[in-house]
Amino acid sequence: MRINVGQRLRSQVDSTELIVTRASSEEVDLRCGGAELIELGHPPTAEPQVLAVPEAPEPRLGKRYRDPDGAVELLVTKAGTGVLTLAGEPLIEKEAKPLPASD
Amino acid sequence: MSLSVLLDMMADARPDQVALGTLEDGLTCAQLRSAAIRGSAGLRPTERRTVVYVGVNGIDFSVALWSAVLAGMSFCPLNYRLSAAQLRRLLDAVPDPLVLVGDGYESLLADCPAPTRSLTGFSTTACDHTAGVPAAPPVGDDEGSVLLFTSGTASTPKAVVLSQANLLSYVLETVDFGSAEPGDAIVVSMPPYHIAGLNAALTNPYAGRRVVYLPNFDAATWLELVRRESITHAMVVPTMLARILEFLGGALAEVPSLRTLSYGGARMPRAVLEGALAAFPSVDFVNAYGLTETSSTIALLGPADHRAAAASNDPLGRARLSSVGRPLPGIEIEVRSGAGALQPPGLTGELWVRGPQISGQYLEQGSVLDEYGWFPTRDRARVDAEGYIYVEGRADDTIIRGGENIAPTEIEEVLIAHEEIVDAAVIGRPDEEWGERILAAIVLAPGASLDADAVRDHARDRLRSSRTPDDVVFVDALPYTSTGKLIRRDLARVISRAHPARPGPSADGTASRG
Repeated sequence: MRINVGQRLRSQVDSTELIVTRASSEEVDLRCGGAELIELGHPPTAEPQVLAVPEAPEPRLGKRYRDPDGAVELLVTKAGTGVLTLAGEPLIEKEAKPLPASD
Repeated sequence: MSLSVLLDMMADARPDQVALGTLEDGLTCAQLRSAAIRGSAGLRPTERRTVVYVGVNGIDFSVALWSAVLAGMSFCPLNYRLSAAQLRRLLDAVPDPLVLVGDGYESLLADCPAPTRSLTGFSTTACDHTAGVPAAPPVGDDEGSVLLFTSGTASTPKAVVLSQANLLSYVLETVDFGSAEPGDAIVVSMPPYHIAGLNAALTNPYAGRRVVYLPNFDAATWLELVRRESITHAMVVPTMLARILEFLGGALAEVPSLRTLSYGGARMPRAVLEGALAAFPSVDFVNAYGLTETSSTIALLGPADHRAAAASNDPLGRARLSSVGRPLPGIEIEVRSGAGALQPPGLTGELWVRGPQISGQYLEQGSVLDEYGWFPTRDRARVDAEGYIYVEGRADDTIIRGGENIAPTEIEEVLIAHEEIVDAAVIGRPDEEWGERILAAIVLAPGASLDADAVRDHARDRLRSSRTPDDVVFVDALPYTSTGKLIRRDLARVISRAHPARPGPSADGTASRG
């Protein structure tokens, strides 16, 4: 699938919902719990293909997950249990680097 | 790209945490979401496009904002300090308004042609925790914008259109969800029609920081509220900070809970900042620079920068206190000359900015972004070798005297540093010989004996001679907006009522150099 910054996605196998905060223009294989993520509000795939998932922590609400290159970054807007992957590799939780509060 | 995702996240993660108001009678995140859903259910049948808010900052403001977002309507807070006629003019520009009228502002809107509704009644219904909550509206494509009028210190106010995508991008780029410490609380004394007052209602609850409102600022109440509510964060405009220092009269602020004090909204005089650093010795200072058109903050000078500059013994190191810091993540900046060429570090030009939070769109004029998405801020600025931005003032305020560009702020800073001068404003006036001549309007400290020549000597000793004020007038006060911006277009009126300068006033009430 192709993703854009600001796009909202959801899992097909659990309650996970996400918003895209970094995207590359390339085609990406983004999955949660082994099934392809779909756009929020779109109907699920008839029989989603569910791949085996590597061991990794489940997505936590309000945390950002990215691939090692930082090309793709997703913010979890609803927590779930499935592991987030890009091309089979688990996304990693991005360390928070909070700016000082300004307003 | 609806902002509603932020409200859902905080209500899901921290349903019982107080988001707004005092710990005793504030609204929790879950109550805020319920109130917004009920409020939106009341707004939707009106089939209006814009919710206009005329009232002070407070919990009602936040409920009205979120209600409009969930109803898919635009939201436009207006300045409740305007006259009825001024409000009417702004309202005429707003598409299909429904006006929520705060307590005490009914007479301002007595002849308003748009439908009005009492804010008190609206909030009471929305915040009725005994009533059922209608089903949350589905995520629709129909979404409104936030409309904010610029303060109009130089010209007629213009309505800036901030899309929800602009504001969402600002929140997601600058705030980590739930990153506040337990017990954190911010006092918000910015009015709701100011971009910082609006953003405070979004960023703080998203971070998990409780918002306590102080609708009508005064220094004593502010200090008292910070102590009583164990406030950890505050955002002020420079005039508020100046009034706090005046109230303290050289004493320490003694607000042990306060950790961060951010300031912005107008140029911070160095003397006020240095006074504040001394009065709040253990507090982290943050300078936030931005415009309405940029969804607020685009650059920050952080606590470490403030400390390093304050501890520095050389003038260059201390000069960093005048910087607005470095750009936020996601923001690109360029300094361009009048001809459009990129300026190298150290040279002044107009500041252009680009990024997803930048709107650059006005209601009537449309977008002013260039074809590559860059927004001209109309601020004159330079960037030093380490990327720190120094804003020298509005391009429209630049005085051109004898072919030389002069930033009024450079002269104002020097004048305000004089111990007998409380405040100063510098403007250009038409002059046959020089094109423009420099006029300084001075507010003296009580009991001061400074005269026009002494003011000029003070400036001449510290600046190039071309920057010495040609004319000096003494006034009781300078005209400011409620958010601390100098209203330069009103200066002429103030000056016409000025004291004859001392000694030897000239015919027009100003003292001139020969």
